[in-house]
Amino acid sequence: MDAITTRALRKVYPPPAKSKGAGVIAVDALDLAVKEGEFFGMLGPNGAGKTTTIGILTTRVRPTAGEAIVAGANVVSEPAAVRTRIGVVPQRPNPDRGLSVIENLIFHARYFGIARSEAARRGEQLLERLGIAEKKNAKVDQLSGGQQQRLMIARALTHDPRVLFLDEPTVGLDPQARLSLWEILRDLHRQGRTIIMTTHYMEEADQLCDRLAIIDQGKLLALDTPANLKAQAPGDTLVEVAFDADAAPIVAEAQSIDGVSKAEARGPLLRVFSRRAGEIIPALISAGESKNLTVRDIHLSRPSLETLFISLTGRKLT
Amino acid sequence: MTDRVSPARVFAAILLRDVTVARRELPYFLVRTTLQPILFVIVFGFLLPKMGLIQRGYTTMMLPGIVALSLTLSAIQSVALPMMADFGYTKEIEDRLLAPIPTPLVAVEKIVSGTLQGIVAAIFVLPISRLIMGPIPGLTFAHLPMLLLVTILSGFAFSAMGLFLGTAIAPQQIGLMFSVILAPMIMFGCTYYPWTGLQHIPAMKYAVLINPLVYVSEGMRAALTPSIPHMPNVVMATALLLISAVFLWLGLRAFDRRAIS
Repeated sequence: MDAITTRALRKVYPPPAKSKGAGVIAVDALDLAVKEGEFFGMLGPNGAGKTTTIGILTTRVRPTAGEAIVAGANVVSEPAAVRTRIGVVPQRPNPDRGLSVIENLIFHARYFGIARSEAARRGEQLLERLGIAEKKNAKVDQLSGGQQQRLMIARALTHDPRVLFLDEPTVGLDPQARLSLWEILRDLHRQGRTIIMTTHYMEEADQLCDRLAIIDQGKLLALDTPANLKAQAPGDTLVEVAFDADAAPIVAEAQSIDGVSKAEARGPLLRVFSRRAGEIIPALISAGESKNLTVRDIHLSRPSLETLFISLTGRKLT
Repeated sequence: MTDRVSPARVFAAILLRDVTVARRELPYFLVRTTLQPILFVIVFGFLLPKMGLIQRGYTTMMLPGIVALSLTLSAIQSVALPMMADFGYTKEIEDRLLAPIPTPLVAVEKIVSGTLQGIVAAIFVLPISRLIMGPIPGLTFAHLPMLLLVTILSGFAFSAMGLFLGTAIAPQQIGLMFSVILAPMIMFGCTYYPWTGLQHIPAMKYAVLINPLVYVSEGMRAALTPSIPHMPNVVMATALLLISAVFLWLGLRAFDRRAIS
C-alpha cells in the first residue's frame, strides 16, 4: 500500500485583500505516490510549493482541488485520522516554551490519548535515542538550534506515527549538527518508517532519499532515484560564463559549437551544457569577443542534481 | 498504534497543558491583569474617601465594577496575548493544531482556559479590594447562583472576545488594541459608576449599551450588591449570552483562518 497518494493536487492562495490580481498557484496538478517505508525527498528552491504540499499532506492547508490520501485517510474528510498517523517536524522549531523538554513530549503524547506513565516512558526513551537525555528537565530556551530540532523529531515520534514529515529539517544548522541529524534520519529509515522530507540542499537529497521529486513553481518536473536523475542530467558538464552585458546575442553561436547539447542566456550569464567540458571555453570566449562582450567569470559544474535542476528550470536551487 | 482518540480526551489534555502553564505563571498573570484595578481601588476606594472627597457609599458602587474589570481584562488577555504570539511568531500552538481533534475545539479550549483564568483573577481581586476599602455596605454573598452565572457567562464572553481580537489583530497593532478598544471599554463600561446613574445623561445611558463590559458590571452589581439599583437581570443575561454567541462565532472564524490556510 502507498503511504501517500495525491491526485491532481492543487492549491491556489487567494490574492491579498484589496488587490485585484489573480491568486498564487502554489501547487499545480501534483500527482505523487510514496511507498510504505520509503525515504522520499522533495527538492526545489524556496517558493517551489514544497511547504504548501507538506501543509496539505499534514492537514494544515486546504487543497483547492484534487485529492490526498495519507496513511490510508483523506486529508480533507478525515483530518483527525491522518493526524494520529503522521508526525511533523516543522521548518522552524516550535517547541512549547511554557513546558520543559520532557514535558513537551509528555503533553504531546497525551494530546494523542497516551496515558501519562506511558507518555513519560516514551519521552525518556526518545530523548535518550536522540542524544538530548541530559536536557530532560531543561527549559526549551536553553537548547541549541540543533538540540531543538532533535526535540522536534522526538516530539513527532512520540505517538509512533507511520509517516514522518520533515520540512527543511537542516536549515540553519551547523555542518556538524546537520551530519548528526542525517544519521538520526537514516536510523529511522532503517527501522522501516516512511519519511517525507523537503530540502533545497542537493547533497542532502542525494545522500538520504530513496526517491526524489524535483518541484518548481508547484509542478512536478522529475521523479526518480537520485542515481537515475543524475544520469538524466543533460550533456556532461555545465559551463557558466558571466559576461559584462546581455549574453543573448551569442546563444546561437554557442549552440553551434561541437559537443554543446544546450545553450541559454540569463541576462549576462551564458549557460552551456557540454560533454567536452572545459575544451569549449576558448570558443565561448571568442564568441563573446565577436559581439564585444568581455568575460567576467567562468564556472564549471560536474553533472549533478544541481545541473539537472538548472536544465529543467533555468534556475538555481539556492 | 494509537488511532481513534476521543476528542474529549484530547480536549482535556490540551486544557491540562494550559492549566499547568498558567499555574506556573500565576504571579505574573495576577500582576498583569489585576494591578490596574487594585490601584484604582487604592485611589478611589481608600485615599479619596479618607480625604472626604468621595462619599463612603461609593465603594459599594465600585466593588462590583472592579471585580467585573478584573474578570474581563484577564479573560481577554489570557486568550488574546497567547494567540497573537502563537500565530504571529512562535507558532507554538501548531502541536495542538496537529492533535487528533477538530480544529474549532482547539479554539474552544482556549476560551475555557481563559474563562478559568478570569475567574481566578476575580476571586483574587475581590478580598483584596474589600481589605483596602474596608467594610462595604450592602455587599452580600447570598446570591451565589447568580454570582456563578454572571462570572462564568462573562468569562466566556470575554475569552471569546479575546480569541477574536487575538486572531484578527496583527501583533504590531497590540498597542492599538489596548488604547482604542480596551481603554474606552473600561471607561464606559459602568465599572466605576452604575448604569442607572447615567439616567441624567440619556444619550450616554443608551450609547454605552454597545459596550459588553456594561453587562458584566451590572451583573456583578445584581449578584454582589443587589440593594443598589441595577439593570434588569433578564436584559443583562440575554446580552451576555448574545455577546458570547457573537464573539464565539467571530473568534472561531478568525481562528480557523489562521489555523488552516
